[in-house]
Amino acid sequence: MSMNRREFIKIAGLSTLFGLGGKGAFELLRPGTLDAAVHHGEEHAPEEPAEAAIRWGMVIDVEKCSEPGVVDKCIKACHSTHNIPDFGNSKNQVKWLWRDDYEHTFAGNENEYMDDHVKELPFLCLCNHCDEPPCVRVCPTKATFKRPDGVVAMDYHRCIGCRFCMAACPYGSRSFNWFDPRKALNEKEFNMEFPTRMRGVVEKCNFCVERLAQDKLPACVEAAPQALFFGNLADPDSNVRQILRKRSSMRRKLELGTKPSVFYLV
Amino acid sequence: MIEKALKGEPRYYMWIVFLLGIIGVGFGCWLYQINVGLGITGMGRDISWGVYIAQFTYLVGVAASAVMIVIPLYLHNYRKYAKIIVFGEFLAIAAVTMCMLFIVVDIGQPQRMLNVLLHPTPNSILFWDMCVLVGYLTINIIVGYNCLLAEASHRPHPGWLTPFIYLSIPWAVSIHTVTAFLYAGLPGRHLWLTAVMAPRFLASAFASGPALLIIVLLIISRVSKFDPGRDALQTIAKTVCYAMIINLFLVGMEFFTAFYSNIPGHMHPLQYLFVGLHGHGKLVAWMWAAAPFAAIGVLLLLIPPARRHHGILAFACASVFIACWIDKGVALVIGGFIPNPFDRIVEYSATFPEISITLAIWGIGALILTVLHKVAVTIREEEAAT
Repeated sequence: MSMNRREFIKIAGLSTLFGLGGKGAFELLRPGTLDAAVHHGEEHAPEEPAEAAIRWGMVIDVEKCSEPGVVDKCIKACHSTHNIPDFGNSKNQVKWLWRDDYEHTFAGNENEYMDDHVKELPFLCLCNHCDEPPCVRVCPTKATFKRPDGVVAMDYHRCIGCRFCMAACPYGSRSFNWFDPRKALNEKEFNMEFPTRMRGVVEKCNFCVERLAQDKLPACVEAAPQALFFGNLADPDSNVRQILRKRSSMRRKLELGTKPSVFYLV
Repeated sequence: MIEKALKGEPRYYMWIVFLLGIIGVGFGCWLYQINVGLGITGMGRDISWGVYIAQFTYLVGVAASAVMIVIPLYLHNYRKYAKIIVFGEFLAIAAVTMCMLFIVVDIGQPQRMLNVLLHPTPNSILFWDMCVLVGYLTINIIVGYNCLLAEASHRPHPGWLTPFIYLSIPWAVSIHTVTAFLYAGLPGRHLWLTAVMAPRFLASAFASGPALLIIVLLIISRVSKFDPGRDALQTIAKTVCYAMIINLFLVGMEFFTAFYSNIPGHMHPLQYLFVGLHGHGKLVAWMWAAAPFAAIGVLLLLIPPARRHHGILAFACASVFIACWIDKGVALVIGGFIPNPFDRIVEYSATFPEISITLAIWGIGALILTVLHKVAVTIREEEAAT
């Protein structure tokens, strides 16, 4: 999504006219530009690449997740926001946000002498929105791509369903629609604001880009603000950076060089 | 030219009808799959590629192996291969066609397949795989057809064809190298993350493809008056033998690296395949079937008197073909997904529609091969009669 300054101002102006303005529109069109403009003033801002200005990340306080109902609330918020089908079996399951235990989430890196209490904590798993996403590298159609703000997104209309990304993802975060997902939706919790998918395409957590564009937090973070934190990893003063400075955190399979942007606090 | 495929003995027609029957059943299953979804297969979120992609991988090798006939004939002027070169090229055409069909049945949205070309993505190995496969099919159609035309009119092949023949050599290597790169570049899939993947693919391809060619030629010499030549068959058999030994050597390398380094991630898939892991071992029986097939095949090909006996030769080649098929057409793809990224074991077994579709594509390949070889044989028989 490259556009020059003139185009950007034109679209931003038009969208303001139609009431779509505000920070949200800026983030949607050129993520990070607004912050850059605020920080540096008009003289240098627009011509410079804006990609470093925003790098979305998530911090999960696993201890807080163990409070009753928290994890379920997050998962439910995610599933109802994104119309995630339930096929009722593990083979065809579509997963955006789900729970697992310490031993399996950190398979290969687990510390066997970790306190037993930690081994029983619920770990929320989701797409890690890697800085070096293998799924994006292998996709033959650019149906999955990394946005300048770091979100690894999907174009469900371009995906051919080759599932190369599923083989490439070392986190098991991608799901394929083995059957028609529209037939496996809970109609009572149907969200008209978010598109359903069709059979034969891959999907995954999108860090709630549709909500970020409206200046809202991801649905799971909104559901459990005491346990999940979302913010800009590129900003040293952001909420997530402050937490990561104070507390030690873990990320999944760092040795693979994918640079995940989901952090776990234990 | 193609009209020569329409006239044949009753058993020729019976064979065609048999193949059409298999294709028909599989086509019906494919319509079912198209309408309901890939969920009718044994694949799922953990084993997301199954028997289709495994067949694709195996057949890319069969296709590439035509080069084992092309190199001796065109680079070393080994004339004994002159009579059989088109059979190798036609085998490549049939194999590449099967590869493409296996991709079509495997992907979730086949009608969007041209997106690969509409949005070319050089960082994706799949994009390159599509390019090299289409290129290889084109080269083999051009070369095979023109060689046959030249032969029918008792002339050497036209001079403009020579560059295409030379091009087919590196191109054949490229198709299987690129196919190996599909697997070998993925982080976190330990069975696949190995630098010897492409060399091993080529070695097993140069064993299994020529082995199949020997079997096909032996059948043709039984059912027609065409004689591929004893020496030609013996030379191909030696190629099969060397290639299979190199393949087994490279398999040994994998075992050494995994087990001497003692890294659990590298050992787990091999343990799953050969002895079972955490009580799961659906593929163990397959692997222990492949091992004796490989050993017996190599041993029989190594002993000259055994190799010279056509019955034993056919058996040895079938053994090698089966061993390589179990290795690449079953174990490699499925074993790569076990254990899953959460260190859990989810097993896979193919469903009836999945197997029917797979058989149908093998049937289509056999049909293409039969028709093309029938044309080639008829031309040779007519030649011999005049």
